[in-house]
Amino acid sequence: MIIPHPLLGPRDAREFVYLGDAALLDRPDGLAADADRLFHDYLYLRDNPAGIHRELWFHEHGDRSWLVVTRDTVTHAILKAELAGDVARKRRANG
Amino acid sequence: MAEPNRLDGGRIDRASPLTFSFDGKTFAGYRGDTLASALLAANVKLVGRSFKYHRPRGILTAGSEEPNALVGLHRGARHDPNARATTVELHDGLVAVSQNRWPSLAFDVMAVNDVLSRFLTAGFYYKTFMWPKRFWEKFYEPAIRSAAGLGALSGEPDPDRYDTGFLHCDLLVVGGGPAGLAAAMTAARSGARVILADEDFVLGGRLNAETVTLDGEPAAVWLRRALDELHAAHNVRLMPRTSVFGAYDHGVYGALERVADHLAVAPAHLPRQVLWRIRSRRAVLCAGATERPIAFANNDRPGIMLAGAMRAYANRWAVAADRTVAVFTNNDDGHRTASDLLARGVSVAAVIDARPDAHAQGNYELHRGAIVENTRGRKALTSVDVRRADGSRVTVPCGALGVSGGWNPAVALTCHQRGRPSWDASLAAFVPGADLPPGMAVAGAANGSFSTHAALQSGADAASHALAELGFEAPAAALPLAEDAPVRIQAFWHVASGKGRTWLDFQNDVTVKDVGLAVQEGFRSVEHVKRYTTLGMATDQGKLANTGAIAALADLTGRGMGETGTTMFRPPWTPVPIAAFAGRSRGKDFRPARLTPSHDWAAEQGAVFVEAGLWLRAQYFPRPGETHWRQTVDREVRAVRQAVGVCDVTTLGKVDVQGSDAAAFLNMIYCNGFSKLPVSRVRYGLMLREDGMVMDDGTAARLADDHFVVTTTTANAALVYRHMEFVRQCLRSDLDVQLVSTTEAWAQYAVAGPHARALLAGIVDPPFDLGDDAFPYMACAELTVCGGVTARLFRISFSGERAYEIAVPACYGDSLIRVLMQAGAPHGVTPYGTEALGVLRIEKGHPAGNELNGQTSPAHLSMARLVSTKKDSIGAVLSRREGLSEADGLRLVGLEAMDGETALPAGSHLFAPGRPHDPGHDEGWITSAAYSPHLGRSIALAFLARGDSRLGETIEIANPLQGQTLRATVVHPVFIDPEGTRLHG
Repeated sequence: MIIPHPLLGPRDAREFVYLGDAALLDRPDGLAADADRLFHDYLYLRDNPAGIHRELWFHEHGDRSWLVVTRDTVTHAILKAELAGDVARKRRANG
Repeated sequence: MAEPNRLDGGRIDRASPLTFSFDGKTFAGYRGDTLASALLAANVKLVGRSFKYHRPRGILTAGSEEPNALVGLHRGARHDPNARATTVELHDGLVAVSQNRWPSLAFDVMAVNDVLSRFLTAGFYYKTFMWPKRFWEKFYEPAIRSAAGLGALSGEPDPDRYDTGFLHCDLLVVGGGPAGLAAAMTAARSGARVILADEDFVLGGRLNAETVTLDGEPAAVWLRRALDELHAAHNVRLMPRTSVFGAYDHGVYGALERVADHLAVAPAHLPRQVLWRIRSRRAVLCAGATERPIAFANNDRPGIMLAGAMRAYANRWAVAADRTVAVFTNNDDGHRTASDLLARGVSVAAVIDARPDAHAQGNYELHRGAIVENTRGRKALTSVDVRRADGSRVTVPCGALGVSGGWNPAVALTCHQRGRPSWDASLAAFVPGADLPPGMAVAGAANGSFSTHAALQSGADAASHALAELGFEAPAAALPLAEDAPVRIQAFWHVASGKGRTWLDFQNDVTVKDVGLAVQEGFRSVEHVKRYTTLGMATDQGKLANTGAIAALADLTGRGMGETGTTMFRPPWTPVPIAAFAGRSRGKDFRPARLTPSHDWAAEQGAVFVEAGLWLRAQYFPRPGETHWRQTVDREVRAVRQAVGVCDVTTLGKVDVQGSDAAAFLNMIYCNGFSKLPVSRVRYGLMLREDGMVMDDGTAARLADDHFVVTTTTANAALVYRHMEFVRQCLRSDLDVQLVSTTEAWAQYAVAGPHARALLAGIVDPPFDLGDDAFPYMACAELTVCGGVTARLFRISFSGERAYEIAVPACYGDSLIRVLMQAGAPHGVTPYGTEALGVLRIEKGHPAGNELNGQTSPAHLSMARLVSTKKDSIGAVLSRREGLSEADGLRLVGLEAMDGETALPAGSHLFAPGRPHDPGHDEGWITSAAYSPHLGRSIALAFLARGDSRLGETIEIANPLQGQTLRATVVHPVFIDPEGTRLHG
């Protein structure tokens, strides 16, 4: 697979380490009253879609960027790759 | 040395005669021959034995689809089993042997299987070898495995070198026949970067095997011009001897280039084979087509071959399969073979055409609407029994029979990304489906365009289209005039009449009857029938057999060909040696070795090294007279406890954390608090995974308000850094903090023992004060040593002794270890390795990798109180889950062996004395164990249920692997100096 790195261009997937669902970006507040329930859902309830999936890849043998890669798990087509830091900042800005 | 079947002409180099041997006998051939063509020229018809029944088999094809003519090449360690004689390029001195026969190819004892064949039908081993059950592993399977099978490996290390590499291009053309050449020339003229790969050793594909003309001249004339043009183009890379074996995601193709296999003596600088990963923006598949046989009784005798192969041997290699041949066909292509062989002076005894309306294309006897019912000749064909349209029978004497059941487009690569071919009834063939791998187009025979004209045109068109998509201007090339014969075929798969087995899969010995048996036993899916009968599961992957089997299955289940469908095509197209995938990653180069800056010094001291991940670390430093590693380790441990020792700890992961929010960041990644850590102090940090399990532990030293140095364990350095970047980029991008891994930038040594300060006093530059008031336990500082070398000093201890870790830039690491030894000599300094390090930390009760194995919660380590409730940190919430923190759960304890020196084996399980040793009574296990020179007995760390409330109890230790039961006393995990007086000096 080739991953279109937003800064470095197309890179071989073997340079990356896969983590999983980009929903991991939405970490609950550890001090919330119902934190145990929120963390249970955060950690253990994941979607595993056959189709479009947003997932986290780490450019370990590269620039050490975490990326959010939008990928079709059926065809392996990659539709988008963004810096995870940008995605996280945007989400925070949008509340 | 005689070549009774060699004809005139052909595309071999008669000026370069070669000799080779087959089964010890010497033969002659020419440069340009394959092993198969040279054997045929010498009238060698029996070349192999089949897999299961050991039937005599001959050469069936002229390409990589060959199922029968598998031979072993070369002697000794270089022996290469299962080479297809049809693709082995002949070179002088080639040594080949037949396989799967004993004692000889002509007389094979295991041919008795053939007589017993009615007991060995499809699925026989599922049914036969059921009882007694334990016989399967011990007897049946080894016996079956040694009786069946193909060639054997030498069992010695492969002496050849292999390589792997990457190639990039705009257009990859797979296959160098007329379609591929037209595609490559079109692309070459556009300026695009082109790779043309073909598994054959000459380019041209069927143009080399046919008598077709281009622009009225022999095809060879046009071919020469085309290849000259491509050779001259700087943007084209021609890759003969290169099999493109797989189509992978995003335009990546796998290819195996046979660089030196064809050379009698390969130059030392050349690898034998190279595995290429070709990244292409577009690809045109011009892989051609594979002819398929017709099944009839005894259709596997040596001398029976595909009609197209028979024609290729005659035209390209100037070899007649026999001086008298016959042809059995269901399409016009078989007639080409008859007329080409006639033209070369071979006697054509008859053409048997299943079609009632067939037309002769030459002066030979034609049996229309006829079939071959049986054949004769045990080790070589002598005649075929023909049933004519009117029902009469005639025996046709011949030494070879060419069979054509039509051609299968080579669709394999179109299916590597879940595509399925579709059935084209007019061609009686599966053609590429609509669902091609992105960026791929198909042209020529691979796409069902079988005529020379259609191949050239479709190749050029496919390339133009692909290039236009990439923005290249590709002017339409002027294509030569060529034949454009339509496909005239009548689907005909197997002869139902006739006595004897009708073979579908020659390599795995599967017959039409076997498919029938599978259907009778309830198998309907083509995938199930494949696995039950093993059809298509041999090294040829059913290239010849599958279509015929699908037809038999379709017939028996009353479904059409398209509805029955094909099995899934998967890479590789042809076998790829594991060695090629490995490339240079073998032996000591299997993975990189990381060496610490003191490595050379340690080697000079005679250190024994141990692998720690990629690192090589000094395990212990034996001295003359020490006969057992325990003697060495005990000495090293005592030296640390009584004087001073030095250990290279460079391999511990180091992460530099800087930024105004650095402390807040550490508060997030460690479950204990860091915001109040003063500058110039170090703190132990426990890092959790989000699920509450311990990920790693280490220290964080605060060098400045906005600057920390974090250490990780050696094993987890990469994992922890990845995790820290995850937290920084994905969870806390609001923080002003930057990370960089500095593991390899600093050489770091632990200096531990009562005389550690005295040793360091000899190397730190004034005015740095090592006094315990100025630099107490858990202090850190940046300083200079040895007259100006930048250094970092941490007063931290893994051993429980007064200890320091000193770090200098890696380039000074070798010098520093030598200086430390020199400065330490008056204080009795002793270098110690990872083994002593392990003993020291077990004595001190520090958890390490064995304890932090990913299933350990802070509560298990009695560290639950470390997890701060006043802040949010990774893993804190879930670490408090009931199941991980329950009072009766596992707790880390120490064990002291009751009988002194007997080792307590790590991994042993713990039981209350007298209780049964079974899982129901299991109370824990030993994680780390050592002999403690300090205590003079064996000790261990263990996880024990309710361990913290059981100090002083006796526990039984079960080691069933060695039939051992031991007893130990449960103690606090800190065996030495629990008050910490040694630490503080």
